[in-house]
Parts: sequence; C-alpha cells; structure tokens
Amino acid sequence: MMSVVKKVFAARESAIFLALLLLMGGIWIFAPKFLSSSNLYLVSRQISFVAIVALGELFVILSSGIDLSVGSIMGLSGVIAAGAMVSGIPIFLSVLLGLIGGMLLGFINGILISYVGIAPFIVTLGMLSFARGTILILTKGWPIINIPPVFLVIGQGDVLGVPIPVWIMLVAGVVSYFLLTFTAFGRRLYAIGGNEEAAFLSGIRVRRIKLAIYILSSLAASIVGIILVARFNSAQPDTGTGWELDAIAAAVIGGTSLSGGSGTVLGVFIGAAIMGIIRNGLVLMKVSPYWQTAIIGVIIVLAAVLDRIKNKRRA
Amino acid sequence: MIPLVSMKGISKRFPGVHALKHVDFDLHVGEVTGLLGENGAGKSTLMKILCGVYAPDEGSILWEGKPVAFTSIRDAQNQGISIIFQEFNLCPNISVLDNLFLGRELKRGVVLDFKKMREKAKKIFSYLGVDIPLEQPVGRLSVALQQMVEIAKALLLEVKVLVMDEPTSALTEKEIAKLFQVIRDLKAQGLAIVFISHKLDEVFHITDRIVVLRDGERVGEVRTKDITEEKIVEMMVGRKLSDFFSTRTSKPSEEIVLSVDQLSGPPYIHDVSFSIRKGEILGMAGLIGAGRTETALLMIGALRPTDGRICVNRKEIHFKEPAEAVSHGIMYLSEDRKNKSLVLDMTVRENISMSILDKLSEILFTINSQKERQLCSEYISRLQIKTPSMEQRVKNLSGGNQQKVVIGRCLAVEPFVLVLDEPTRGIDVNAKAEVHRIITTLADRGVSILLISSELPEILALSDRVLVMHEGKVKAILENKNLTQEQIMQIILRKEKESYASA
Repeated sequence: MMSVVKKVFAARESAIFLALLLLMGGIWIFAPKFLSSSNLYLVSRQISFVAIVALGELFVILSSGIDLSVGSIMGLSGVIAAGAMVSGIPIFLSVLLGLIGGMLLGFINGILISYVGIAPFIVTLGMLSFARGTILILTKGWPIINIPPVFLVIGQGDVLGVPIPVWIMLVAGVVSYFLLTFTAFGRRLYAIGGNEEAAFLSGIRVRRIKLAIYILSSLAASIVGIILVARFNSAQPDTGTGWELDAIAAAVIGGTSLSGGSGTVLGVFIGAAIMGIIRNGLVLMKVSPYWQTAIIGVIIVLAAVLDRIKNKRRA
Repeated sequence: MIPLVSMKGISKRFPGVHALKHVDFDLHVGEVTGLLGENGAGKSTLMKILCGVYAPDEGSILWEGKPVAFTSIRDAQNQGISIIFQEFNLCPNISVLDNLFLGRELKRGVVLDFKKMREKAKKIFSYLGVDIPLEQPVGRLSVALQQMVEIAKALLLEVKVLVMDEPTSALTEKEIAKLFQVIRDLKAQGLAIVFISHKLDEVFHITDRIVVLRDGERVGEVRTKDITEEKIVEMMVGRKLSDFFSTRTSKPSEEIVLSVDQLSGPPYIHDVSFSIRKGEILGMAGLIGAGRTETALLMIGALRPTDGRICVNRKEIHFKEPAEAVSHGIMYLSEDRKNKSLVLDMTVRENISMSILDKLSEILFTINSQKERQLCSEYISRLQIKTPSMEQRVKNLSGGNQQKVVIGRCLAVEPFVLVLDEPTRGIDVNAKAEVHRIITTLADRGVSILLISSELPEILALSDRVLVMHEGKVKAILENKNLTQEQIMQIILRKEKESYASA
C-alpha cells in the first residue's frame, strides 16, 4: 500500500496534477459556479478538443519533431467532411473523406521529413500555410452551412451525461496509452526521441515510424476538425487557427520534453485541462479576455521552469 | 619542500556513490604527475575539485601551505589552475581567435583589441609549433588541431598548474611527440602538470611521479622510474596482468559467411574487398580516419554504397537500412557509445531488448514483458553487468557496464556476424578483459567478428587475420602469425609515403 502511495507521488505527473487540483480549488473559491454541472459539462467538452489534438502532437514531439500544421489540417478536414455532407454524400463516407484528406497531408509531412530529410519545423510550417490556403480556395472564405442535423449529435450530444467529444477523447487516450506503453511501436518511438542515431543503428526503422507519427498527428487533428463541424453546425474557414500552439502548450505543460523521448498521455491530458480550466475560470471571474492570453503564456513558461527544477533535483 | 598544491583528506559523495575517500594528492613545481585509475576510480572527480567545479565534502586544499577554497572554475583560474577537459569546451561555429579569448577578451576601451589578441595567439601557436589559421571556425579543424587550440587556450592564462585529462586520445604519434615536447618545456618553466591517460606507455614516458586511485581511494604514489607497467596495472585493478589474456580454443572454419567485394561509397571509401569465415575474428587496423567505421556503415546500410557487392552466405544482398542487416543477423556496435549506441535515459532492460522487439511481440503488437525480463536477466548475468536492477537507467552505469549493455543488445539478436567498432574504447582494464573474453567466446561458438580497433595490441591479441586500412583503401590482409605492431605501422606509414609521392 505504502509503495503504491510512494509511486503515485514519484510519478512525473503528480506535481502538475497537484497544480491542477489547487487551480480548481482556487477558481471554485472565487467563482463557485465553476463546479456547477453545467459549467463542468462545457469546460470538459472544450478541453477534449485541445486534448485530442495534443495527443497527436505528443507522438510527434516524442520523436523530437514538431507539427505546426495540426490547426490548418483540422480546418481542412472539417471543410472536406462538411462539403461532402452538404453535397449529399452519406455522412459516414463524408467523415471518412475528411479523415483521409487530413491523413494525406500528414503523409506528405512525414515523407518530406523522414525520407527527404527536411526539418519538421519547416515542412509543417509550409503545410500550415498550404492547408489554410486550400481551405480558403475551397470555401472562398465562406462558412459551409446546412449540415445534416443527425450529424450534430457528435459535437453537441452526450452519453450518460458526458459530452460525446469527451468520450472520444477518452477512447483516443486509451488507444494512445496502449500504443505508447505496451507496443513495440511505442518503445521504438521513445528510443528515437531519446537517441535517434542509436535507434537507427540498432535496427529500428526510424523513417517508417516517423512517417507513421505525422499521419497519426494529422488523424487526431482531423478527428477534432470534424467534431467541431458538428459542434458549431458549420465548417468555418478559420477553424483551428492557432490551435497548433495550444496543442504544443498542452503537451509542454504536461511535462513533455521538446527534445524528445519523454512525455505521457496522462501528462498531456492534465496539461490540456490546466489550460482549459484557466480560460474558463478567468471568464467566470470576469477577467478581461486580453488577460487570458497573457496568463496562458506565463503558465507555459512556468511549467517549463518547474520541470527544469524537478529534473535538476533528480540529476 | 612544500608542495605547490596539496589536497588533503579529500572526500566526496554523490547520491549512491562514495566517489572519493580521504584522498591526499600533492603537486610539485616543475613536475609531471600521472594520475591513474580505472574508469570510476575518482580521477575526474578529484580534478574537478581541484579546479573548483565541485566542493569537497571533507578535506582541504593548500596552496603553498596556505588553505584555499575555490567556488568556481574562474576562482581556480585566478589562482593559476587550468584544466583541459577530456571533452572539448570549444564553440565549433566561431573562429579560433574568438575561442581562445572567449570570456576574457582583450579590450581597448569598450572595443575589442583584435591586434593584440592576434599577436598573443600567434605567439602561443608558434610556441606550440602549430600553424592554425586564426579566422577559421574551430569546427572545421581536425580533432588534433582542436586539441592544440584547447591547450593554447589554457596557456593564455597565467598558469601555474595545468591539468590534462586524456590529452592524447585524438592525436597522432607525431602530434603526441610535439605535445610531449611542450609538456617538457612547461615543466622546465616550473609548472606543475597533472597528466591523466589510459595509455600506460605515455604515462611512463612523460611523468615523474604516478598516483594511483582505485574505487575512490589512493592506492599509492610512486616515482615513475622505480616501477614497472605490470606493477602499476596490479595497483590499478588489484590483480595480476597475466590474468587478463584470453585464449581461443578453436580455429575458424573455412566456410565464408560474408564477403564484401569492391565496396565504394561516401565519404572516401574505395574498392574495399574482404571476406570473413565462420567463427573468425578479422581485425581491422588503421589510423583514425582510415575509413574503417565508414566501411562498416556502408556494409550494414547506414550509408549508401555507390558501388560494390555484399554477399551473405554466397547470396548477394543490398541493405537499405541497418534494420535489414539486423534482421539478417548482422549486428553493428558503434564506436560512440553515448551518442550512437545507448539511449541514456532508457533502462538497462529497454536498451538490451531494443533490437529484438519484433521477436518479443505478440498479438496486437504488444511486447511480452515477461519474456523480455527473462531475456534481459539472462544477459545481465551472462555478461556480468553490474547494475542494481534491469530498471536502472543506463546513464547511471559506469562506462564498462554501459558497453556490456550494448553488447547484450547485439547478442540478443543472436547474430552470426558481429561488427565491433572500438568495443573497449574508454572502459577500464577489468571491463576490457571481460569484453575480450566475450569476443573470443563468441568466435569459439561460430560467430564471425569484424573487430575495428585503434589499439594494435588488442587487434593482435584477438584476431585470426588483420586487415590494414588507410585513406579509404585496404592496404593489406595478413595472417596473424608472428605479426607485430611495428609491421602493421610500417604498412600504414609506407603507404602514406607512397601516396605523398604520387600526389
């Protein structure tokens, strides 16, 4: 029993989890409405969107790469799926088209990064711009409306009182955890992030795995992009703008190292929760929205500083 | 006579290790003191305390009999103590001149006094007998010249004590001779010098006294001229040198398992051909930069050959990446343990099983952790890896044990060809002997081994045949019968003269 307790406290995530609890307590004192079921419903749904994108980003960051194109890919897959639905293609097929479209861009990212050897930052920065431009070309800047009402349940409905996007987040989390913890793929990914050259020479197919993670990352982004269509009852051309930074921030706050090789699913979830709850709390406490952005910035750097201190003590 | 520096009763603990136990260490004016010990004996820790990097837990440092305390490297430098670390402290992208004066630039008013800095730099290089362009970025210099820049940097200060940690490991014979001339010169000027090296012949050549550490304790201090190499090794490891030789029990068969035919490729490998028989150890000798590592990398598909064929069991195979070589049972162990072999933040278990995750995988691609653990504990005991548990991160292991972890990874693949690139570099005498034993045992069991080593005694002790490489080409392949180091060096040097003549 004692060892279980010890293990819990020794875990990498325990410090930020404690921070999350303190944060929730603090907000609750100043804005008791925070813990009302209607607010928790909203805030958990908001968190789930960022969390799913951040999960995809986690795979990429673990390899010491970065994916800046997730926001644009989100938007594009939503536009593809919505456009398909509106033009009468069955919903299931439309969703599939949206996912495939997003994954195709991830595939292009992956090929350029792992087989052509261009830096991830450059490739995905280019893709960020390319995908956003494609959205504007396809929509001419107008939102796509008249989404079939049955589809909206994915973004707006709930099961057992929990929003469907939260369920999707949980499934994505379990799948990611399984992949990272129990499979050879996950072990190899951590090895690549820890020392790519060593992984390569010891017989790990580095290029293939890197290709896979950029596809995974764009898949996660596409899923969220499509759910957001259902959530807002339309596909907006600016959906996902700036989300790559939120996704990266969630991962970093959750203790993921940008130099690769360390980071967990639980950490990413807590990181996304901290960001979502702070935003929500500031709104409830009637703090100016201008302050929100500034405070999130402080939190990101603070998280990195705490991680640094913790690592130093360990070494 | 009062020693210039006297370290008395120095103790230092790190979490989990008692690095130094009441060590005394004296330095005298105009003397070279050799500091010897296996890896982990405490040499570096002792020197870092002398230079102000660490504070001792117990003990004191006396300077000409008066107690001093250094809280930073700068403190120690102001007192006149300068250290040349084993790993270079140079910025590769900036010029030689800027590196020399980094952090202590000469100024005239607020602007840098380039003229004076250049003059001083030129003076010191001509003293060292090297001609290094001052505007060249340091990263473009050869490792040997970088070493010279490092030495020049140390001498720019008002130095009274100079610590050199493995200064010769990157240098050629010629450069070592030059360095020794400089050391003798500095000695004559009254400097106290500490010389740390794994190469015993050098220590015997240049030092006046030798201090031996073992497991954080001072085993003894002797005058160099009064002692033999065997005695020193005995002091270092606590047993006799004769225990270290390992012998082959079987001869390689005639069956050729791998042949390389006219292999060429980047950066400068040309027409390399050789073959390895079952159970044979083929030594690969040559100077640093001869192209041995690159040949191995071309062979396993880590680099792309431009020409040539590789045949495994008489079938031609083209490896596109190391993973394919591994799946064919050809395993490569890199010369660069920290940067190219280990994932330092991962555990012993994860590092050992890295190459065989496919074999350990089950339905849904999950790793069978019971099988994994069983396999790892088998290799830990078979290779006698000293670790508290298989869950220990490899970065916490000593160099020798880290190397055994990598060897464990290679063996787990059950390879039939093993390419070992400097398998004993930077590990201590005991671990070295164990690695040698592992190599001979493997060969006896029928594994073919390509042994790349810069230590000729190692090549000669283990190999069945020796391949000599120079400037990207095979110069000779010799049966290892009555072969001597001199013969191999002659082949290398003779060819060097020829290539000068043809150039």
